[in-house]
Amino acid sequence: MSKPEAKCWRNDAHAKVTGRAKFTDDLKFVNVLHAAPAYSGLVHARILSIDTGAAEKVPGVVRVLTAKDVPGVNRFGQIIRDMRIFADDKIRYDGDVVAMVIAETREIAIQAALLVRTNAEPLPAVLDPEAAMLPEAPLVHENHGSNIVNTHVVRRGDVAEGFKQADFILEEKFQTQTIEHAYMETEAAICVPRSTDGVIEVYGSMQHPFSTRRFVAACLGVTLAEIEVIGTPMGGGFGGKDDTAAIVCARTALAAKLLGRPVKLVYRREWSMRESYKRHPYRVHYKMGVTNAGRITAVQCRIVADGGAYCSVTPWVTWRSTVQCCGPYVVEHVQCDTFGVYTNNVVAGAMRGFGSPQMNFVIEQMVEVAAQRAGLSGIEFRRRNLVRQGSVTITGQKLDGHTVAMEQVLNAVLKEIDYETKLKRCAHGRGETDELYGIGLAMSYRGVSLGAEGVDFCAAIINAQADGSILLETGIHENGQGSDSAMSLICAAELGVDLNRIRYRRASTSNIPDSGTTVASRGTIMGGGAVTLAARELKAKIAAAFCKQLGCAADEVRFKDDFIWGRADGARIAFGDAMRQMWQLQQFPFTFATFRAPRVSWDEHTGQGDAYFTWVYGCQAVELTVNKKTGKVKLLNAVAAHDVGRAVNPEMVRGQIYGGMAMSAGYALHEEVKATAGKMTTLNLNTYRIPRSTDVPKMKVILVENPDPVSPTGAKSIGEPANELLAPAIANAIFHATGRRHCSLPIRLGALPEPTACAEGCQ
Amino acid sequence: MKLFVNGKEIEVPAAAMEKRIVEFLREDLDLTGAKNACDIGACGACTILVNDEPSRICIKLVKDFAGQRILTIEGMAAPDGTLHPLQQAFVDCGAIQCGYCTPGMVLTAHAFLLKHPRPTRGEIRAAIFKNLCRCTGYQQIIDAVEQAAPHYQNRK
Ligand code: FES
Ligand code: FES
Repeated sequence: MSKPEAKCWRNDAHAKVTGRAKFTDDLKFVNVLHAAPAYSGLVHARILSIDTGAAEKVPGVVRVLTAKDVPGVNRFGQIIRDMRIFADDKIRYDGDVVAMVIAETREIAIQAALLVRTNAEPLPAVLDPEAAMLPEAPLVHENHGSNIVNTHVVRRGDVAEGFKQADFILEEKFQTQTIEHAYMETEAAICVPRSTDGVIEVYGSMQHPFSTRRFVAACLGVTLAEIEVIGTPMGGGFGGKDDTAAIVCARTALAAKLLGRPVKLVYRREWSMRESYKRHPYRVHYKMGVTNAGRITAVQCRIVADGGAYCSVTPWVTWRSTVQCCGPYVVEHVQCDTFGVYTNNVVAGAMRGFGSPQMNFVIEQMVEVAAQRAGLSGIEFRRRNLVRQGSVTITGQKLDGHTVAMEQVLNAVLKEIDYETKLKRCAHGRGETDELYGIGLAMSYRGVSLGAEGVDFCAAIINAQADGSILLETGIHENGQGSDSAMSLICAAELGVDLNRIRYRRASTSNIPDSGTTVASRGTIMGGGAVTLAARELKAKIAAAFCKQLGCAADEVRFKDDFIWGRADGARIAFGDAMRQMWQLQQFPFTFATFRAPRVSWDEHTGQGDAYFTWVYGCQAVELTVNKKTGKVKLLNAVAAHDVGRAVNPEMVRGQIYGGMAMSAGYALHEEVKATAGKMTTLNLNTYRIPRSTDVPKMKVILVENPDPVSPTGAKSIGEPANELLAPAIANAIFHATGRRHCSLPIRLGALPEPTACAEGCQ
Repeated sequence: MKLFVNGKEIEVPAAAMEKRIVEFLREDLDLTGAKNACDIGACGACTILVNDEPSRICIKLVKDFAGQRILTIEGMAAPDGTLHPLQQAFVDCGAIQCGYCTPGMVLTAHAFLLKHPRPTRGEIRAAIFKNLCRCTGYQQIIDAVEQAAPHYQNRK
């Protein structure tokens, strides 16, 4: 372990930098079988039969599994049970798996999987989400009765009245693309039947051990106690290793159970790209009423999200888009109608940002267009509309329980990057040289954690040992973001002990109660909350045991510098001695605590309620140049300011923000999952282009800390807010450089035409 | 045929000659630091050093390395476990998140610093551009390489 006084502390850094960290594919078991998935090559079809005969005959093949072999439930899903472990009735997208080959070697499994044949009656594919909503569209799921997965609304005030109050009305259509998480480690699982009691141990690259366990148990038709999902270092998730990664575990576990041997399934990049769910492509029709004085009077918007072949978490993703459809601005009259839609495209699900990157791309351009019409700077226009302490959001939530830091983060960015000065230097399509300079900015607020999206609680266990060492555990899963380290730091600080006493227990679903999923940037606030409560309980136990000895009342006992202290006279006991004494007295320094998120409320019909228990605020700006002749965009410099509540491990928080900014730059300029007639063509990292070191700008992060009263540690979240701003900032900077707006992602610029008079609308 | 891996001489059985070297290292030698993340030479996660030059081994065979001197991430730290200054800089600068790109990134940077011990940040940025990292945005990786550079200036 590195020293805690280093700039950045992680409990796993040493193992990762020496190559000793064992990811799923690195684990070794004896007598392992290897699996490979088989696809149909079809996009939409009714399955007649699946012919596995040729594959079964290949020497070395042990078994080929299809839906018929699933002893439990073949259908699963967090919201709608429409996904399949193996395709049974229909093929609904290019990534549907019809069978899995298990063989003595990986090579044999891969080769044999190509021999599986799907006999099917092709059906017309529906690939356009708007067309999918029409009554005559072919249905992706007949029993759902329609291709509309879900709808959400916001009804606030009266938009007709709002537009009447406006001096001008802007209307624009936006479109965003499908993108891939592109975690460096693909999906993987090794499942091992335990010889002693038949429990199936699951090691895998997935971000939700508990939901994985639920799916695996249901698929195998066994109880939760018969499956143990064991935490394994994960090579990135970004929201992408939820349901499709869990299926990979379920299929592997099924093979291990049926064959009584360890089975390993490591996804090739091509399978991962083809099968895993993506970020939803959106179409947004946005109408904004504005006064000449620069007040937004009304917003009307219609959002269509292509959810692809299965529901996944589309209703939750689109809910966030709906709640945050006006950005961090106060708007009296709002009408928002959102549709999540089934198509035969690749499944869309959770991805870092969860429905806000799409909306921010829209909103943060709309406010600048409006500002220009009103004759104001984009900043001044924002100031006239933004949420402040005590403001009421578009869903009727009063922002008064925490510090509303919108203006604070905005000011921090403006100052750091010297925005106002540099804005004057922007080229607006005219320049002496070929490189046109621009600067742009975007800001957002974001509801923390799940909000009305789901159950929100988390458990923590602190188990101090007789020698003073401490075992810590929470229900939060380490996704590579450093949450185990953050939890350890929180625990050490609360107990006033040396960090080196603490070891974070390898997570297992058999150790601790189901604490929900590590999504929605809830790790630090929920897990940290639970750790703090458990540590406080432990201190109360210790204080009760030693207050007499320390000559003070229990509530006067203090914990710091690795000692337990009485009143000011210096009476103290070393933490290690105290633990030994407690052990001898048979008083166990063991505590279990849960942290429950404060209640939220939501009315599905009006779209009104206290959507989230707290909010975070962020602002990012970027400087760039656009080459007049080639359209090539060069990102020069970016600044971000985020209110994180409290930064538990500041350098690590910065790292999350840098990573989020880079990913958002990819969203703006490079990344796009492409398909031809529903078949994906971007299947590996040569064609799916994620940002390289030379694509990202120099970055600076400002951490704003306004500890949140509802969070026991004061910390809020950062994973997602970091990832939802740079794309619109880039779009705005490109406008300031070229004088042209871009309403669809990724932004593709060719050679620029000669400048016309001042362009203001989108084109 | 022989390979020299992390200072040790390895006798390669004839049967392994046609194997892909990434599999040979990971499976036969249990050197799992090199990752196979794309299998087509596009990401750099499998990078090792061959005679101090970075090589993407997912697309190469064992026999391509006959008699060569190979350094994998497992060979970077001192035998007593003390981290190489470059590794220590990665740890200290927060350059590691999920860690999947880390072994390839450290080795690529090591090869670069051996040749260019006084790099600018721009040169560092350019030097690692073939190694993909999805977590960090590269900023703290560049910080780490910059911080470690002085250790290369005083060598030999
Ligand atoms: S795994 Fe070799 S370059 Fe990607
Ligand atoms: S640290 Fe995760 S890919 Fe680089």
